[in-house]
Amino acid sequence: MSEEKKLPRIEIIEKYCKGCHICVEFCPTKVLEMKGFVVSVKDLSKCIKCMQCELRCPDFAIKVYAE
Amino acid sequence: MAYDYDKYIRPGKLPHIWCPGCGHGIVLKGLIRAMDSLNLKKEETAIVSGIGCASRLPGYMDCCTLHTAHGRAAAFATGVKLARPEMNVILVGGDGDGTAIGGNHFIHACRRNIDMTYVIMNNYIYGMTGGQFSPTTPHLMKASTTPYGNPDPSFDIAKLAIGAGATFVARGTAFHANQIDKLIAEGIQHKGMSVIEILDDCPTTYGRRNKYKSVIEMMNRLKEVAVPVKAAEKMTAEQLQGKILTGVLYKADLPEYCAEYQKVIERSQGGAK
Repeated sequence: MSEEKKLPRIEIIEKYCKGCHICVEFCPTKVLEMKGFVVSVKDLSKCIKCMQCELRCPDFAIKVYAE
Repeated sequence: MAYDYDKYIRPGKLPHIWCPGCGHGIVLKGLIRAMDSLNLKKEETAIVSGIGCASRLPGYMDCCTLHTAHGRAAAFATGVKLARPEMNVILVGGDGDGTAIGGNHFIHACRRNIDMTYVIMNNYIYGMTGGQFSPTTPHLMKASTTPYGNPDPSFDIAKLAIGAGATFVARGTAFHANQIDKLIAEGIQHKGMSVIEILDDCPTTYGRRNKYKSVIEMMNRLKEVAVPVKAAEKMTAEQLQGKILTGVLYKADLPEYCAEYQKVIERSQGGAK
């Protein structure tokens, strides 16, 4: 219950994503994957909220909401 | 919480025109974080650029922006700063715009030590016009106009700026995204000409011709060649071979141009001697 890890919310703005793979490659726990030309969340439970994807995305396409 | 970049982005302008994996977007985000950290007001900040991929940046910023003739960003920005010295003037541009076509304006803006911040995104090539070699294309690297390798030695923008008289010179890379905003913020706070060179990647016209398989390979190359200034002090000349120093490379306190010009006005009116 309270020990359960609180998961962040990852918002992907598909209209902005150009499929450069930067977020997928630089995610240390491989949370993200490519679905066609657009990034999508593969396994949210692995997310450690490091914000690397949000920091590195050149296209403003990823937002990580972590409390 | 997710960072609120929308505060400084002109509504309805995204997605931007830069290619997939282009580092200019990372620099744009760094610039926004730097401005946000200093609480710069939009109406008191002028962003000036010339022509080129990097010079498209002001179009996405919700500030006072000026998109000028090729290479002439420094000339227009000098005018803005002299007319309205209270404004924060930030110049953005690429390596070709800043050091080839605008090389003349660039060195003289540095020499005057006018209080502006110049963010140069160095992607080693003219991206927008089709990948011609620029003054910063490394020796023997390929561009559309040098298919057998570039015979010219390349410019070191930071050394050029120091030599020309800029009083704050720093270098970062698109890989070290966390550092970009700190360098730009320090440059904006510095009184005098600040030049911040950001090493960038151009996967479309530079990477493709030079056997970089992906954007990730280009980013990792930036990670490998970059050495922080402090770490470099402990390294030998042999270890530093082929490496590029990052961080604040030069800082000095010298008279600033707007203040000096004010003294000229006072002298002409018979005031201060």
